[in-house]
Amino acid sequence: MNLEWGVMLESLPRLLQGTLLTLELVALALVAGGLLSVPLAMLRVSSNPVLRALPLAYTFFFRGTPLLVQLFLFYYGLAQFEVVRESIFWPIVREAYWSALIVFTLNTGAYTTEILRGAIQAVPHGEVEAARAMGMSGGTLYRRIVLPRAYRIALPAYGNEIILMLKASALASTITLLDLTGMARTVIAKTYLPVEIFLVAGAIYLALTFLLVNGFRLLERRVLRFQQPRTA
Amino acid sequence: MFDLHGFGDQLLLGLGMTLKVAAGGLVLGLVLGLLGATAKLSRAKPLYWLAATYTTLMRGLPELLVVLIIYFGTAGLLTRIAGWLGHDGYVELSPYAAGIVALGLAFGAYATEVFRGAIQAIPAGQIEAARACGMGRLRIFLRITLPQAWRVALPGLGNLFQVLVKDTSLISVIGLEELMRKSQIAIANTKEPFTFYFAAALVYLAITVIVMLGQHRAERWAARGQPGSTT
Amino acid sequence: MPHRLTLTLLLVLFTGPLFAETLRIGTEGAYPPFNTIGKDGQVAGFDIDVARALCERMNAECTFVTQDWDGIIPGLLARKYDAIVASMSITEERKRAVAFTDPYYSNSLSLIAKAGAKIDTANLAKHALGAQRATIAADHATELVGDDAKLYDTQENAYLDLGAGRIDVLVTDTLPGYDWLQSPQGQGYAFVGDKIDIDDKIGIALRKGDDGLRQRLNAALKAIVDDGTYAKINAKYFPFSIY
Repeated sequence: MNLEWGVMLESLPRLLQGTLLTLELVALALVAGGLLSVPLAMLRVSSNPVLRALPLAYTFFFRGTPLLVQLFLFYYGLAQFEVVRESIFWPIVREAYWSALIVFTLNTGAYTTEILRGAIQAVPHGEVEAARAMGMSGGTLYRRIVLPRAYRIALPAYGNEIILMLKASALASTITLLDLTGMARTVIAKTYLPVEIFLVAGAIYLALTFLLVNGFRLLERRVLRFQQPRTA
Repeated sequence: MFDLHGFGDQLLLGLGMTLKVAAGGLVLGLVLGLLGATAKLSRAKPLYWLAATYTTLMRGLPELLVVLIIYFGTAGLLTRIAGWLGHDGYVELSPYAAGIVALGLAFGAYATEVFRGAIQAIPAGQIEAARACGMGRLRIFLRITLPQAWRVALPGLGNLFQVLVKDTSLISVIGLEELMRKSQIAIANTKEPFTFYFAAALVYLAITVIVMLGQHRAERWAARGQPGSTT
Repeated sequence: MPHRLTLTLLLVLFTGPLFAETLRIGTEGAYPPFNTIGKDGQVAGFDIDVARALCERMNAECTFVTQDWDGIIPGLLARKYDAIVASMSITEERKRAVAFTDPYYSNSLSLIAKAGAKIDTANLAKHALGAQRATIAADHATELVGDDAKLYDTQENAYLDLGAGRIDVLVTDTLPGYDWLQSPQGQGYAFVGDKIDIDDKIGIALRKGDDGLRQRLNAALKAIVDDGTYAKINAKYFPFSIY
């Protein structure tokens, strides 16, 4: 295989421009999805079966269907209805950018909810009981004891979720957005060199994953320091 | 509930293709996962690095990109291999084959880690005991390691298979007429995107539920005779 | 050599026919009335009818392969098929990558917007413009508004978004636009401004170097135009000649 190195190099500025959009979408979706997941995870472990069912239906749908379907359902599907097109939400739903951001948020929010639920349930009973004995309850108990502990337990799984979200964001290209993959496909439409351009795009994704994985490893080491064997 | 405007048959055909690709990807992925795990646990450094490169690449690349690269990018490589095998013709992958290869590669990378963990969970004493009985390495793998490792690996593999089923939708971008593509064709004819994408979503949900139930049963079956099992 | 045998078997199982007796034709299947996929899952349309007539002339058996538009030239180059019959404009840019037959119809560009909408055709940058990715319409839209142009995977998705009001103006090939305006979804929409005549000719794309195939296709094309087959196909789709 002979690669066209010149074209690969020329495509780099545009692909990096697409990378910025990819990063922006992923970062915003992760923050919003993370915020969404906290109350939902708390509902998921509630003792009230009705309260439990609602977030379960949500996570079930978003974890049980492909992201591509969710994206198309939201972007092209909702527009089928006059009601939606005339609602106050239309100015937001009509934008591909917002559609992608909302769907990514709901998607990563669903996975994060389940990760966090598992972590909350893994918080040792003794700690919760001890806090109760001290007179803590409700919000304080969650804020001071359960959530801080759960975050640490969830950290490794959440690290994986970030990587998966980064990879899944490539689907933004299917609804007209010029993210890294979208930019690559647009450049290919001009150069007809899919292998070369996809290789450059792939290298950028790999570099991003590498940075994320190592950044997360540092964070984990810091946050979970107390679990490590003492060296001195 | 739904008026599918006569496209129900086409959607069913699409579902059939989705299941075929998922099954193909699963088989290829399981083989790659076992090979990968063996390579990663091997003492031969080149094998280790080969497997490590493979898993790092696949875990860092978006599946959509992998599908596109396999479909458009492997023709040159395959033709060369075919030439070495004595073929003069040009060889390329159909969307179906490209889909199976791409999904299998992705599944295999994650399955490598699952299998590795499962193999490592087997007490070293058992291997030593087997060796003391005079078993060879292959026999140890087949008789001692594999029968135990797959039970440990089962939950992880089930989750990966759920991911695989959902990822089959990505193959629609290279023109394979699976469920997603068939839905798009129906939409082009009927202009009812919500109806068909929602129908597709429900079908994927149904597959997920069936896979989950199957997973549950398989896990129970695998755990039979183990201490603490209820059956 | 058991390993080679397995590998060969795998290759045979997983790849297309190694020795094609048939002509594989790449098309998009999402570009009415030129190429679409119907309820029966089969491709149909003007392009398909022309391709079938050509194959009949050449005594070749034709099979159709559908491929998304932005990958259709890469697909040809990767030998997923031997010819593209998918309403492809003959452009200098494409000629660098592929060869073309003689044109089989003529095309111009048009703008479509909601009927009665105030569209400033002299200053289109004010409006949200859309077109299908990797088309001459997309080139035109990008020339006008740069990366602000919304580019779609398929013409169908562009229509959906025009209908949904996500774009104000669709830059499109005139003939499919004409067809869409006749359809139920196109009611309430109209061409705006003048046709943009860019002397656009539509041809069949082939890999460079496939000169034999090109000459045979050209001869067949001339034959179906001369004997009236082409006119019959034309009349099925348009009440005027598009040759």
